[in-house]
Amino acid sequence: MTGPTRGFFGRTRTERDPRLPPGQYDTGSGWPVLTAEVTPHLDPQKWTFTIDGLVENPTTWTWDEMHALPQSEYQGDIHCVTTWSKLATSFGGVSLDGLLATARPLPEASFVMATSTTKYTTNLPLADIQDGKAWVAWSHEGKALTREHGGPVRLLVPHLYFWKSAKWVTRLTLMDHDEPGFWERNGYHDRGDPWAEQRYQGD
Amino acid sequence: MPASSLPGATAGSDAAILRPGRAPAGGWRTATVREVAHPTPRTAMIRLDVPARVDHLPGQHYVVRLTAPDGYTASRSYSVASPPSDPLIELLVERLDDGEVSGFLADVLAPGDTLEVRGPIGGWFVWDADRPAVAVGGGTGVVPLVAMLRHARDRGRPELFTMVAAAGRWADLPYAEELAAAGARIVLSREDRPERPAGRIGLDDLPDLTAGPTVFVCGSAAFAEAASSLAVRAGADEDSVRVERFGPSG
Ligand SMILES: Cc1cc2nc3c(=O)[nH]c(=O)nc-3n(C[C@H](O)[C@H](O)[C@H](O)COP(=O)(O)OP(=O)(O)OC[C@H]3O[C@@H](n4cnc5c(N)ncnc54)[C@H](O)[C@@H]3O)c2cc1C
Repeated sequence: MTGPTRGFFGRTRTERDPRLPPGQYDTGSGWPVLTAEVTPHLDPQKWTFTIDGLVENPTTWTWDEMHALPQSEYQGDIHCVTTWSKLATSFGGVSLDGLLATARPLPEASFVMATSTTKYTTNLPLADIQDGKAWVAWSHEGKALTREHGGPVRLLVPHLYFWKSAKWVTRLTLMDHDEPGFWERNGYHDRGDPWAEQRYQGD
Repeated sequence: MPASSLPGATAGSDAAILRPGRAPAGGWRTATVREVAHPTPRTAMIRLDVPARVDHLPGQHYVVRLTAPDGYTASRSYSVASPPSDPLIELLVERLDDGEVSGFLADVLAPGDTLEVRGPIGGWFVWDADRPAVAVGGGTGVVPLVAMLRHARDRGRPELFTMVAAAGRWADLPYAEELAAAGARIVLSREDRPERPAGRIGLDDLPDLTAGPTVFVCGSAAFAEAASSLAVRAGADEDSVRVERFGPSG
């Protein structure tokens, strides 16, 4: 840590909100859009979600099948590696726990690769999407998720930087080893824990 | 080290998603500010001496971190405008009303100051003058594309790079003179040009993209959305369009 920057005092601030991980600021009601590809037009009736790889029972759900499952909600904060956080937000969808219970991971499964309709990929330790930590989400604040934020459906892994929450998600492949996804190959951290500031390779 | 030998940074490969290796990101460095200019009242061009710098590829960005006396820090990303051959790193920052970091960079920063920076970052929105590219930038979104343009010139391959630059008025377009001189198509939404009446960017402003160049689109979220869908309408394959979205949105 070096000394202060000459002439910089920062925005007037009160106590730092304890919900903000280090290096993050509160973007308030804003929600920046950061996507490296063309925003797809995804027809929900043609969308499917598959869990395959090292599972006993590879399974594909359609939009209607997914919506017939017990719904689950996330209420809390999200964090982007570009340093904004959005506090007290809510998402609706289904918990990955139920989906994984159907697909039944094999004992050697320890990592996951998520894939989008755009071929975007991102890797996660399996443990990071189990036990109530991850969702397939289609609503935000009670409204349908908009296209630029991954609508109609995205992955939601709110305890990791948001590039892990793949927009337009379509597949989770369970593996016995870790493999970098799109941003991970392009310089970003393999895991991305905001509280540990795991932003770039080597952090 | 020439930029082309950076591991994982073989820009221009169609199968970028499949390519092995990693794009290198340098660690934090204390840069010295060598030059600050204000090409327009709302922008600052900042030239930095970055010690032990990792060569960047045109299109990559740096993170700038400011620290207040009480230890509070604020970090934001800024694209590099300079080509790899430039001994300094050049940034072009637009001052946003009430913007915490851009306001400081545009109004307070002076030559001789030091600034904490980290980079280069990003291995996707990059081009190494090795195959045809069409770039479409809006406002400060032209910054990483200027690095590409300059790099194409350095490499003696200007014919590989076609640029469309959009802004409200001439005076709002960073590097307007340089872009026009290099043959970029200038699209102004609120000012007539001899070759083009005022109006938002449309299909007619883009070249035919069916020959499959890599298409780089950069600007605000709204501009990037509009320009990337235009690119697809102009014949670009969705997989060949790379998008960089700057800054906030509602
Ligand atoms: C990869 C990448 C590359 C980029 N490259 C460039 C570049 O080359 N040049 C460039 O100029 N920018 C670039 N940006 C954008 C840049 O990172 C910053 O987002 C931008 O400079 C604004 O930062 P700021 O701190 O000045 O504004 P912020 O303080 O973050 O505010 C952003 C906007 O929100 C409003 N706002 C925020 N908080 C409040 C509040 N509490 N109350 C009221 N209003 C508020 C401000 O008025 C302002 O208009 C890039 C972004 C990315 C992701």
